[in-house]
Amino acid sequence: MKDDTVKLRLKPAGLATERPISIAIVAMGGQGGGVLTGWIVALAEAHGWVAQSTSVPGVAQRTGATIYYVEMMRPGAGGQKPVLAQMPTPGDVDVVIASEFMEAGRSILRGIVTPDRTTLIASSHRSLAISEKMAPGDSIADSSAVSDAIGVVAKQEIVFDMNAMAVRNGSVISSAMFGSLAASGTLPFEREAYYDVIRKGGKGIEASIRAFDAAYDRTTNGAEPEPSDAAATAPPVAALPDSLRDKRANALLTRLRAELPEQAHAIAYLGLQKVVDFQDAAYGAEYLDILRDLTKTDSAANGAEHGFAFTATAAKYLANAMAYDDVIRVARIKTQSARRQRVADEVGLQDGQVLNTTEFMHPRMEEAASTLPAGLANWLKSRKSLYDWLDRRIDKGRRVHTYRLAGFLPLHFVGALKVIRRKSLRHKTEVAHRDAWLADASQALACNYDLGIAMLSFRRLIKGYSDTHVRGHSKFDKVMQTAKSIAARDDAAEWAQRLLTSAIKDPSSKDLDGTIMTIESFSST
Amino acid sequence: MAERSFAKEVEDLKLGEGDLFRGEGILAITKALLQSGVAYVGGYQGSPISHLMDVLADANDILDDLGVVFQSSASEATAGAMLSASVMYPLRGAVAWKSTVGTNVASDALSNLASGGVTGGAMVIVGEDYGEGSSIMQERTHAFAMKSQMWLLDPRPDQACMVNLIEKGFQLSEASNTPVMLQVRVRSCHMTGEFECKDNKRPEFTLRDAMDNPERDLGRIVLPPAAYEHEVEKIKVRMPAAIDFIRDQKLNEFFGPTGKEKTGKTGLIVVGGMYNSTIRALQFLGLCDAYGNSRVPIYVMNVAYPTIKSEVDAFCEGLDAVLMIEEGQPEYIEQSISTVLARTKSPTEVHGKDYLPMGGDYTAAVLTEGIGRFLEDHEPKQLGNRAPVPDPVPILTNPVIERLGEVVPARPPGLCTGCPERPIFAAMKMVFEETGTHHVSADIGCHLFSILPPFNLGATTMGFGLGPASAAAFNVKGAKRSISIMGDGGFWHNGLTSGIGNAVFNKHDGVFVIVDNFYSSATGGQDILSSRALNKRRNTNNSIVDAVKGIGAKWVRQVDHTYDVTKMRDVLNEALTTDAEGPKIIVASSECMLNKQRREKPKVAKAIKGGQRVIKEKFGVDEDVCTGDHACMRLSGCPSLSIKELDDPLRDDPVASIDDTCVACGNCGEVADAAVLCPSFFRAEVTHNPTGWDRFRANLSGSVIRYLQDRREKRAVSFEA
Repeated sequence: MKDDTVKLRLKPAGLATERPISIAIVAMGGQGGGVLTGWIVALAEAHGWVAQSTSVPGVAQRTGATIYYVEMMRPGAGGQKPVLAQMPTPGDVDVVIASEFMEAGRSILRGIVTPDRTTLIASSHRSLAISEKMAPGDSIADSSAVSDAIGVVAKQEIVFDMNAMAVRNGSVISSAMFGSLAASGTLPFEREAYYDVIRKGGKGIEASIRAFDAAYDRTTNGAEPEPSDAAATAPPVAALPDSLRDKRANALLTRLRAELPEQAHAIAYLGLQKVVDFQDAAYGAEYLDILRDLTKTDSAANGAEHGFAFTATAAKYLANAMAYDDVIRVARIKTQSARRQRVADEVGLQDGQVLNTTEFMHPRMEEAASTLPAGLANWLKSRKSLYDWLDRRIDKGRRVHTYRLAGFLPLHFVGALKVIRRKSLRHKTEVAHRDAWLADASQALACNYDLGIAMLSFRRLIKGYSDTHVRGHSKFDKVMQTAKSIAARDDAAEWAQRLLTSAIKDPSSKDLDGTIMTIESFSST
Repeated sequence: MAERSFAKEVEDLKLGEGDLFRGEGILAITKALLQSGVAYVGGYQGSPISHLMDVLADANDILDDLGVVFQSSASEATAGAMLSASVMYPLRGAVAWKSTVGTNVASDALSNLASGGVTGGAMVIVGEDYGEGSSIMQERTHAFAMKSQMWLLDPRPDQACMVNLIEKGFQLSEASNTPVMLQVRVRSCHMTGEFECKDNKRPEFTLRDAMDNPERDLGRIVLPPAAYEHEVEKIKVRMPAAIDFIRDQKLNEFFGPTGKEKTGKTGLIVVGGMYNSTIRALQFLGLCDAYGNSRVPIYVMNVAYPTIKSEVDAFCEGLDAVLMIEEGQPEYIEQSISTVLARTKSPTEVHGKDYLPMGGDYTAAVLTEGIGRFLEDHEPKQLGNRAPVPDPVPILTNPVIERLGEVVPARPPGLCTGCPERPIFAAMKMVFEETGTHHVSADIGCHLFSILPPFNLGATTMGFGLGPASAAAFNVKGAKRSISIMGDGGFWHNGLTSGIGNAVFNKHDGVFVIVDNFYSSATGGQDILSSRALNKRRNTNNSIVDAVKGIGAKWVRQVDHTYDVTKMRDVLNEALTTDAEGPKIIVASSECMLNKQRREKPKVAKAIKGGQRVIKEKFGVDEDVCTGDHACMRLSGCPSLSIKELDDPLRDDPVASIDDTCVACGNCGEVADAAVLCPSFFRAEVTHNPTGWDRFRANLSGSVIRYLQDRREKRAVSFEA
């Protein structure tokens, strides 16, 4: 029976093919999606169209992902009203407006962006989800996946940082998105009509119109070559200067150029500056000494064939290892003049206003003792009652007012302790750890070049202060031990990389322990 | 003060005969109540009905003018019981709440109300929180309507239809002496639209009339033998009266071909709320135009309960098969239609959940698929040349899109920027890091976000105000103490007795945290008994501490500034370890930041403009001090605390960063201190319109500081070219 009827060519009923214009706005709760929705409805109604908007407030309003939906259509002959749907149908949406880039990605996954009909208007800025922020390392979602997908699914795409544009014009993102919608040509209304809607809204009209115009022009004319775009494509490491005015610096630069392979120059130069800034020129010389020795190891392991990647990687992580985070470094950073300027810029300090900052510090006896010369520190540690007595006086939260003398002077004094730093217990501990780490990596390098590099990069796990720092160390130890245990395997470097990745992604060490168990299972068979 | 103000919109409630109303669904509902001449309204907030309560609160002056009494009910049970005013007196009344949760709470009152019956029209407006965006268990209010025999109205998502059904609903209630429920779905509450108004009506019979001339009738009270008589009356009198009214007033609607034009073999029976999606599905199938002119006959049940047999019979006349379209499970209406047709041995087949999914949203896409298959099987001719329907599958299976699926992170809701509840959970997480985890009973409210990352605290949630009650079993001395959490909203709703009273009486050994943020915050910041704002229409400023002491609690601690994380942690530790007997109660109080900012922000801006000395604060992070370990994130989750990539090739991991939306609540700094995380955080304090003394002090210390900085920075090795 079916076969007979399939071939029947029936005309569609009446105006069935005429459908309303559908617009979905995907946003995060509290981001102004409601304002934009209201504007679009007002715009349509001002032209005698029937428009209907729906939303799902509820808990999503509290910063979660949410969606607003608008349909609009002319009344039929004789004023017949269309029946409008209350939610978008995948494959049947004309315009999708996304107020954040990953939300644009989510809208694509919902199937509401399709190549036959959807114009996608999306702001390219990111507002990070909690899962991206929580990982102890870099877990920021890859925006290029969204860009790639937009290229595949959108009939027309309008993508730029609408948030930044709105902020530049003293407004909020909804104004910029409204401007892009106007310029997209997807709705049959004149630009003037959009202004009328904004003007009726009442609040911040001028700023809204400025942002609207900027977005409209940007959408119509495409991107202007922006300096920030150029910076993004520039090589990350700058070239070395020919010479430096400061003789002490220049001597170091000359050494660097003479003793290190060219491939490591740029990164070593940055490392050198960091190390010298941390301590002094002599410490910079020490940095170069170590790198020079590592270059020899590298060469012995056929480093030239590998582009001296080992030396370059060492230059990066050695600088971080040498410029460890002690109280002296923190005190010096907090009291720098550049730091005050950065804070002033961040808060938009204007003439006639007074700036202060309050630091939230919680030094412990451990940090205080480790700053002392090693002998004195060890003596203190052996006198338990004295140590505990001091601990009770030191271990507490302190609010330090940096730009008042009572706060600045102590910080400045702690910064001056740099002169005794290289005798301190902390320095001794750091040097011992550093030497062991480099020895391990050098040893691995001899039989597996990539494993040597991977071991250098394990240093990335050591960060944070107090307990976090301790946990970082224990992760480092676990990863290093495991990597050493499989050093003989051909795929040791890949496993080392996997160890590092799982250690970085998961704060609880569960992933890491899982990876270690996998490794142990195959090494025991 | 509620989160959203309807002060402007409520002016539309004054519109009169012939005026065109244009606005949101909840305002239309309110207007319909006023046009119906209600004498009293009440209810309890909760999405999607919160805004209805806000509208009523903002419309209080208008309600006063009309002589309408409005109450913010203590709970849905209170609201349900309030309808008893309509039992003996010809008073129309309406109450509203979120369903099914609110209906659960109110069901005792509703059962009694429905048994004895009503004289004046009584209406319950339920916000049916089902499907996408819902925050509760997925159930149907339909069951309550059937079990208590209350008529259930489910209007088409069209404001004129909704308003008409509310007006007719009161008449129906009176004609059948039965309370009526009107169900509106999430999207319909927030749907914009228009309808032609009527004048508002003052109640003809007032509450004062009733109070000055009290009446009673033993026959209306649920006690034997009246209770048995009520059941007979329900069956013999009220149901037939309702059926007659619904049929005569044409509350249900017929669309598509009728009479001689009805030549097809199939039809659709649709509950009102599903109508728009059904029309869109038919449009995709080429069977209907955008204005609802369908080629398939449709019977729209704006009254979802009871089933009107005569209408069903008439609709099914000559049809081989009908498809019942109702969302959610079980398929109550499909069963009812089947029964109706089977009793008269009608040849029409009844289908429904065999073609459509048992659960979940009935979106246009779902309906297109189900109706399409139904027609393929029963009347394929209708589908004609089978025009292509919207289909995202080819694009969703593209490898590029599949990769995207692995990249896009989940974005669950969370605590707002500056939320005073964040430090409570940060403190609790720190305690657990020292002592190991404890069993945590969570509750309903903003604080339930603690169950999500980054806090991951809370094992169960058993209902509003029932956090403490759901820890009742865990009363074993010497075991690790259980912790239960409850908000101030839940506390006053029922938690004072069900949780705290129960714990006191049973000498419960656990820890009970009451989160007091001065409002019913999750539902939009409505005032409650312990709100600290002055509300001229309500009695506020009633202390939670006094209440729990009044009920017999002995160990009670109040933390009046939750942002003091160290103190919060110490109090929790004390509660978990003290030898004191009975429940250990902690009242953690700080104002909801959303509400605080809404009030304070304009004030601060005005003060600055007016030349007053104001200190504005914001938190920041020293990016050179931050090592990118993100330990702070795992104790925060604040939207304004994020991470950013640095341009420094020496650094791999992004560092913490605080954006301009920071409200300087202090959580970052306090947590960094209490958990001894790092010295990266600072609070920047900008003094606007400083005094002469401010400037003198800043200049003096500034010059010393600059001298010291210059001296140090000049000596440093310079890498300037």
